[in-house]
Amino acid sequence: MTEDLVGRGNKDGADLFRQWFTSLDETANNGDQAAYVFVMGSINEILKAFDLPVVFPEINSLQTAVRRVAHEYLDVAEDYGYSPDICGYVKADVATQLQDGLHPMGRIPKPTIAVLTNACNTYIKWAEIWERMHNIPIFTLDVPGTRNEGGQTWQGDRDFENDRKYVAAQLRELIQLCEKVTGKKFDIDKFREVLGYANRMSTGWSQILELNRSKPAVFNALTDGTIFLGVANGFRGTEEGAVYFEQLAQELKYKVEHGIGTLMDEEIYRLIFVGVPCYPIFRRFNELFTEWGGSFINSTYLWFASGGTNRGFQYDLDNPIDSLAEGVLISVRDAMDSMFHQEPMIEDMIDEYSVDGVIFHPIKSCRTVSTGLADSRRHLTERLGTPSLFIESDMMDRRVVSEAQMKNRIDAFFEGLASRRQQATHA
Amino acid sequence: MNTKVFDDWRGQPLDEILRLCRDHVEDSDYSPVQRWRDAGGKVLGHFQVYFPEEIAHAAGLLPVKIMGASLEPTAADSRFGSYLCSVIKTSLELALSDNIQLDMFVSHPICDAARNLAAIWGRNYDYPCHILYLPQNPNSGHSVEYLRGEYDRIKRTIEEVAGREVTDEALRNSIGVFNENRRLLRELYDIKRETPWLLAAEDAYCLMAIGGMIPCEEHNEILAHALPLIREKSGRAEDRIRVVYEGAFCEQPPVDLIRMLGRTTYIVDDDFVIGSRFILDDVDASGDPLERLAHAYVEQSSYSPVQHDLRKLKEDMLLRRFRAARADAVIVSAAKMCEPGLEEQVAYTYGLDAADVPYFVSEFEENQNSFDQLELQVETFVENLLFA
Repeated sequence: MTEDLVGRGNKDGADLFRQWFTSLDETANNGDQAAYVFVMGSINEILKAFDLPVVFPEINSLQTAVRRVAHEYLDVAEDYGYSPDICGYVKADVATQLQDGLHPMGRIPKPTIAVLTNACNTYIKWAEIWERMHNIPIFTLDVPGTRNEGGQTWQGDRDFENDRKYVAAQLRELIQLCEKVTGKKFDIDKFREVLGYANRMSTGWSQILELNRSKPAVFNALTDGTIFLGVANGFRGTEEGAVYFEQLAQELKYKVEHGIGTLMDEEIYRLIFVGVPCYPIFRRFNELFTEWGGSFINSTYLWFASGGTNRGFQYDLDNPIDSLAEGVLISVRDAMDSMFHQEPMIEDMIDEYSVDGVIFHPIKSCRTVSTGLADSRRHLTERLGTPSLFIESDMMDRRVVSEAQMKNRIDAFFEGLASRRQQATHA
Repeated sequence: MNTKVFDDWRGQPLDEILRLCRDHVEDSDYSPVQRWRDAGGKVLGHFQVYFPEEIAHAAGLLPVKIMGASLEPTAADSRFGSYLCSVIKTSLELALSDNIQLDMFVSHPICDAARNLAAIWGRNYDYPCHILYLPQNPNSGHSVEYLRGEYDRIKRTIEEVAGREVTDEALRNSIGVFNENRRLLRELYDIKRETPWLLAAEDAYCLMAIGGMIPCEEHNEILAHALPLIREKSGRAEDRIRVVYEGAFCEQPPVDLIRMLGRTTYIVDDDFVIGSRFILDDVDASGDPLERLAHAYVEQSSYSPVQHDLRKLKEDMLLRRFRAARADAVIVSAAKMCEPGLEEQVAYTYGLDAADVPYFVSEFEENQNSFDQLELQVETFVENLLFA
């Protein structure tokens, strides 16, 4: 039983991920249609109802970093004219487009349509590049976010209703656009089926996050979590995606029941990761923490890069379009909150997940996630005094990743944690 | 409130009026705003690019453009990471260093850094700090209705700060005051375009930018007084190329940089403080004023790299500006570390190449104080055009 179950999520996730890229390669080679989307508000729910394969350029770009070829892509885009100071994901994608979809995981199809939200402003500038390069329709689903910390409104409130109506109207306009692009009539029953799969995935996603409250943690939010995110994005609204997360929840429950942790050695420190992973040295970055017995038990990345799936929103299949509008509004807003207004969430998590330290990892490439982290950390320290570490690098550009410098700071952080714990014991 | 916050210019010759405007724009102490506060007035600070100032005005608040300053972000630095534009940091620094005191702050999702700014500001100050979600899908048939609701939401917060209701009548009056301001600014830009030798580039800039820190009625008075004096000036056109300056929609180049450019070129159009001129025509003050303001933003507005609109492909808009200004070349600039500006620079240059328009690419920072190298490059560019 243990052999079959433990590790299944990572293995199946990696398999699904490869299958997805294989299918994209086939789509590219056949010259078939594809939709370009982003992780925060992919609107897979509508696109899958039109059988449009989805391409996530963010994921394509991060894969070039994980596979250590990002610099080649960045060079191509910078030669084209893009500044070293803009988002590395954008540049890697520009290079992919300029090289006819060339990518280490297979050829990436050209877009027939691009659908984006305003969750990240760079999405908008990015899609404008495709608009020019490929002369395709781009659709910006504008999802108003939280206006001030703690100021979220909910169903029945006039401001919430103003936002919901706006999102719902746009979704109806998107459906019309998809009909035009694909030449297919919108099938409400198929749409309901897709929403049903998305509901099952959302349930599974929130369950797995909850399960990591256990000691020891049953998955590593940084490394295993990234595999889960790949499936959550690429397979949202599909049966494979729904089944995957149900089975993953089953696996992790088993690990909780049997006290099987994610570290080979004892879990000494429970950590939260705030920011975007350091993909150019992805495994090594994690090891710098696990070597000290540090385990990432949750991350803001698992919230925003899943488009707020952590909220576990369940669509009402009897009222599918309006319910999707409500779900997108609440979930994408939550994804934005976990970047702009994340302190309450982090504070809750510190308490509920028995956290020993918070790792803030702002990066050069992403101002969305990184701009407020220093201030957020400052306030966290003032309010709770929770130990934290602030290390800057990048998600793509190895020129600004200094492993030696990072190691020094991480080592010092753990030495501080150890000494703090020792003092607490003696007190 | 009847207090005049900038009154020194009255009775002064034009050159002195322009000097006073320059002093205020270059100083980071915002003394007119302080005078407003000293008289018991309340202040709403809003980050770039566009904010419907009419709503704050109708509530009796002083709307102030927070657009950075030439000062070191000593206190603000610890609130931000490394890879950011200057204007984000210096804007907060203005508050942290007590150069400006606010009763409300509003930011907009113009870029990823600006959207974070409201949250950061909110963690540091107890007064309301909000994001105004201007529509990024103005092409939706529902965007005007949505924006009307969003303006209503911000109006309610403003009312709480002001301690009074904003009536439709007050809003209509404010729209009228700002329509007059828009008309006068259009006149200022007519002068820049038609007779640029009558007004130095930096003076034109300061005459506009002073409006960001004083009541609109006072700005109107200054413009109404100064513009005829400028037109009356004698002067002859010099042999300079006519340029459009693009890239200052948010962070502003230092006045000295504008002065340097004005020594070798005529800046006949630009996007300096474009939020002041974002609504292109008069806003119809009849009917529902919030709806009219929302409609104006969606249907009667200019362009910038941070307003997405399928009808406004930015390089096409720039070419339109270039042609309308009968310019010879474009200075395609961007603030350092400004993601949307730097991204748009690429689109602009490819678009200008396709249209065979000469351009000069540069970056700037508001705190920059050395221009020798840049001046040499600009002169070389200009000479290449003049003597080609």
